[in-house]
Amino acid sequence: MSQANRKSRVDLYALVWRLPIILWQMLFFIGPLLFLIAMSFFLVKNYRMIETFDMANWNRILSKDYFWSSYWYTLGMASLATVLATVLAFPASYALAFKVSANTRRWAMFFLIVPFFTSYLVRTFSWYVILAKTGVVNALLAYIGLGPYTMLNTPIGTMVGFLTLVLPLLVLLQTLSLSQIDKNLIEAAHNLGSGRVRTIFNVIVPMAKVGLVVGALFCFILSFGDFVSPYYLGGSTPQTLSILIIDTSKAGQQWPRAAVVAICMMTTLFVIAFAAIAYAYRKPKS
Amino acid sequence: MNENTKKTVKNRARRELLKYTAAAGIAAPFIKSAKAAPTEINMLAWYGHGEPDVVGAYEEANNVKFNAKYYAGGDNMLALVSQSPPGTYDLILSDAEFVSQLNAAGYIEEMDAADYNFDDMLHDDFKQFPGHWKDGKLFSVMVRFGHLGVSYNTNAMSAEEAMSYKSFWKPELKGKVGHFDWHLPNLGMMSLLNGNGAKLWDLDDAGWQALQETTMSLRPQAGGFFDYGGTFNSLKNGEMQAMCGIGDWITGVLEKDGAPVASVVPKEGGIQFTESYSIGKGSSKVAEVKKFIQHMMSPEGQLRSTEMAAYPAFCVTKGGRALLNESNPKEAQRTGQVDGAANDPIVLINEGRIHYRDIPIQQGLEDWNDFWSDYKNA
Repeated sequence: MSQANRKSRVDLYALVWRLPIILWQMLFFIGPLLFLIAMSFFLVKNYRMIETFDMANWNRILSKDYFWSSYWYTLGMASLATVLATVLAFPASYALAFKVSANTRRWAMFFLIVPFFTSYLVRTFSWYVILAKTGVVNALLAYIGLGPYTMLNTPIGTMVGFLTLVLPLLVLLQTLSLSQIDKNLIEAAHNLGSGRVRTIFNVIVPMAKVGLVVGALFCFILSFGDFVSPYYLGGSTPQTLSILIIDTSKAGQQWPRAAVVAICMMTTLFVIAFAAIAYAYRKPKS
Repeated sequence: MNENTKKTVKNRARRELLKYTAAAGIAAPFIKSAKAAPTEINMLAWYGHGEPDVVGAYEEANNVKFNAKYYAGGDNMLALVSQSPPGTYDLILSDAEFVSQLNAAGYIEEMDAADYNFDDMLHDDFKQFPGHWKDGKLFSVMVRFGHLGVSYNTNAMSAEEAMSYKSFWKPELKGKVGHFDWHLPNLGMMSLLNGNGAKLWDLDDAGWQALQETTMSLRPQAGGFFDYGGTFNSLKNGEMQAMCGIGDWITGVLEKDGAPVASVVPKEGGIQFTESYSIGKGSSKVAEVKKFIQHMMSPEGQLRSTEMAAYPAFCVTKGGRALLNESNPKEAQRTGQVDGAANDPIVLINEGRIHYRDIPIQQGLEDWNDFWSDYKNA
């Protein structure tokens, strides 16, 4: 069998295996995405979409101050949630990966998955009881003479919601990533005189970089597009882009204008995702 | 009995059992169909109208079944109708201000006025409600209504203080004034505060500018923007002490539950939401739908409507009000549905303090919505 024949057979074999995911992406991602882009140029008249090519929606949305203030607020909150969640999750992930027995790690992983058994909306509503002025946190603070503090319907409420959403997932991803590190390398670092903190930053973090970045990226994506926390815990003050999409589509059924906001969100996510992945896989300079 | 006889009897019994089981199996579908399958009526309505507390008894008594599709907001309702083929919805419950648009687009059937007892209506306006008639032809029947004004926590504000929209600016309420997240009732109330009275929806450029300024001045007081669930929760847990854009349709549910909340129609006036039934264009169940609307106009139907668990509203007929006073005088008293009561909704309409909710006349809905987004981000 010639080399060329073998190559074409290998390609066909690979293609057959790749086909389901390609078809899936075409049907459920590329197709809707193209429709979304096309829809952003449609117009709405008498609550019906008119298929045309008009820049009016883009001009209108991009010229509005409220769009840009929502955009920067959403970007800022999602970035903050990513940093906070990454920093908060890392010690727990580190402990689960290196400091506990395999059995404890299995149980911990199980308990990290348990929150996903219940609806995110239900979990969000349960924060009402905890964060309200008459809630658990303020009741505890009252014992030491503090408060009451307003936490619901503020960016603090939104942030608590974001962390509720992403923290368990992030700990899982980080733990899986850290668990893959060859323990001999850590031991070698210690044997060569590297302290614990230095080992973490010079050995563990670089080796788990891909997993840590992917975890942070997931955190950003989920927070950036979340509607539930900013609406129910943040009280829409101020509103995020996902709330703006809801508002825009509700008022006069302006789905094309909502599509403009959605495309801006997706573009932002694409840019950040590509940058993050490029950074994660960048080879260190030798 | 010898062994052989025993066997024969046993075999016969088994055969009999198999025979009757088979017969029962064959007959079962026919027995089941002795009671005809219920007629399915596709309803498009606000949440609650197709729930058992409203239609359960009617379904049972008339062998019909309501397939309710719920919407949130008139825009949403119009979009659902416009994107569905004719005949998709047999029965449409609409906010009154959207009926004329439903009619203009040809989405609803003409109705026969003789089929409905308009003489029993509590107010003359209800017989000829704006937009429900066109060229002397009837297209929609008003079934319930409610009033929007100042909703407040009774521990934070007295009823006297709540008698003006200015109460939203009370310094003690900073960060504790909630908004129902829909521009129309909120901006309508601000328009009333600006003294626009009956012209609250018909604002020229100066009036529109003034309305925006008044609304923006309320922003430091605003603590959040909520949907039905959020409004409900924030009033219940005391996070919000006053709420703009709602009325008894939310506080009524909480009040009955013992929460210290209430709603009043302030001196600047209140806004009326009006809900009406229409028959969907191309419906194949016109007779069944007509019968149901007649039921909802009957005292029994009105009682179920006014006591709806999802959100209460007022009766539109004298018969409905009489039955409410007889069967649930406490609720009649609470809502002012007692002839001659100071807060009787009919008296408020007659005093000119109530304005029917409408859509902006000189501006587009999207202009109001754009400003609402600006306000939320301010």
